[in-house]
Amino acid sequence: MSTSMTAGAAYRSTPGPVHTILLAGTVPLYLGALLSDIAYHNSHQIQWSNFASWLLAGAEVFCGFALLFALVNLLRLKHKGGRPLLYVVLLLLTFVLGLVNCFEHAKDAWAIMPAALVWSVIVTVLAIAATWVGLTTRTGGAQ
Amino acid sequence: MKRLTPIALATAALLLSACGEKGASTQERGADPNLPAPERGLLPSMKIAEPEAWGSLTPTVPQGFTVTAIATDLKVPRQTLVLPNGDILVAEGKGGSAAKLKPKDVIAGYIKAKGNTKVKGGNRLTLLRDADGDGKYELNTVFADKLNAPYGLAFANNKIYVANQDELVSFDYQPGQTKAVGAPSSIAKLPSEINHHWTKSLAVSTDGRFAYVGIGSNSNITERGMEAERDRAMVWQIDVNTGAYKPYVTGIRNPTALAIQPGSDKVWAVVNERDELGPDLVPDYLTSLKEGAFYGWPYSYWGQNVDPRVQPGDPKKVAAAVKPDYALGSHVAALGLAFSSAVMGEAFVNGVFVGEHGSWNRDQPVGYKVIFVPFADGRPSGQPVDFVTGFRDADGKTRGRPVGVTVDPRGALIVADDLSNTVWRVVKSR
Repeated sequence: MSTSMTAGAAYRSTPGPVHTILLAGTVPLYLGALLSDIAYHNSHQIQWSNFASWLLAGAEVFCGFALLFALVNLLRLKHKGGRPLLYVVLLLLTFVLGLVNCFEHAKDAWAIMPAALVWSVIVTVLAIAATWVGLTTRTGGAQ
Repeated sequence: MKRLTPIALATAALLLSACGEKGASTQERGADPNLPAPERGLLPSMKIAEPEAWGSLTPTVPQGFTVTAIATDLKVPRQTLVLPNGDILVAEGKGGSAAKLKPKDVIAGYIKAKGNTKVKGGNRLTLLRDADGDGKYELNTVFADKLNAPYGLAFANNKIYVANQDELVSFDYQPGQTKAVGAPSSIAKLPSEINHHWTKSLAVSTDGRFAYVGIGSNSNITERGMEAERDRAMVWQIDVNTGAYKPYVTGIRNPTALAIQPGSDKVWAVVNERDELGPDLVPDYLTSLKEGAFYGWPYSYWGQNVDPRVQPGDPKKVAAAVKPDYALGSHVAALGLAFSSAVMGEAFVNGVFVGEHGSWNRDQPVGYKVIFVPFADGRPSGQPVDFVTGFRDADGKTRGRPVGVTVDPRGALIVADDLSNTVWRVVKSR
């Protein structure tokens, strides 16, 4: 009896396919923005800055929906702590700082530098960490 | 665009609530403005006009003057021209084809559009006539249409010169004519790719030989790349007979109106300067144009103040940058310029009228009026005085936004208003 209950809990706290796609999608999007920022920083070619802005906007959309899934999962858990909570906190941090980074990228021309580049590094690291924790979240059980 | 609305509104609310830069309620104006250090929070300050109908109200004019609407329901009137017989031509249009390059452009474009008219630009010239001199312009007819966002207007050599957003053209003109005969002839193509700042201002030299055309920059501060700025931020001198052109001055961000100083060959301009350096930077300005001068854009502003947003910079260009003559205040958006004359009465005989469209990039709105800048010895002298006000009330309700101003030799100032789509006539009471 008790084993089947823990197995159920494990199933609910692990991201499903849609949740996984949204969550994992944030990594290449934030990383793409970071790489574009590096390219702009090194080349002064404005198009890289445009790419970074749109990649970030896409990343925020993915991150925002992943956050929604993560929150629902967390609320459905009996014990709202440990890794599932860490995952939500990391993802929330990614989203909020990502939004700050979006506004930073909305400045004109070189006004975004170097802050945009620094924010992109931070947000990319956070997105990877959140995804890592999110995809390895287990509350126990036989899976 | 419809689907974006909730996101755009949410972002707009966020943008407005998070703005910290307040700015002074009165701005530094004149020949030697005190410039603060640049500032830019995470979000730029924005305060958009809330359009409201005039109803029975009219703009406020100085004592001894009266104001009447001589044409309403126009299609985005910008600049006006008074012909020798007293007829008034109105250029109506809305240009620009700048792509939205960043998410910011989508959001800012949506927000800014709320402060403008919803009417589609007419791409035409309307002729207004007051045949009996009673101050009512009973004839309101289309002089020419199918133009491409016409803006600058001038009369010389028995021709009407029109600066479309992509081409300088001319119409042959017989006194009394109310409709153009056929299509205009082309004088010169004007730089029109992207056309972030699309308004092509125009003045013709006293001898009728040269047209001066103001060509705005293709960005606020090179955020569309330096390649987009070829042949931009300049005033061209164009030989009206051959179409041959050369840059007359450069580095002049957005010269939105040009005028020839009476009794001289001096070209004057009002120029809109760059945004997003704070509420009290960078002053829009009024200046006489010195042939060959470089006015700083994009590398520096008001002389040698380097703009770090432009990389790589150009110290040589910065060193060569010329200071403009007279600051009008930051973000006022000066779009109209006309030299006054004796017909405007003693208090306003010597100086220029400047139409100020009004700010969007400032927490405390500025502009939204027509001012008079007094001159002495052929140069601006002293502080400006308000001439036409009442376009925007304290609650932010905005009934009009002045653009072009023209002095009518019959004794009036003509003011185009592109929010209420009205042409106002300010007359000295007898």
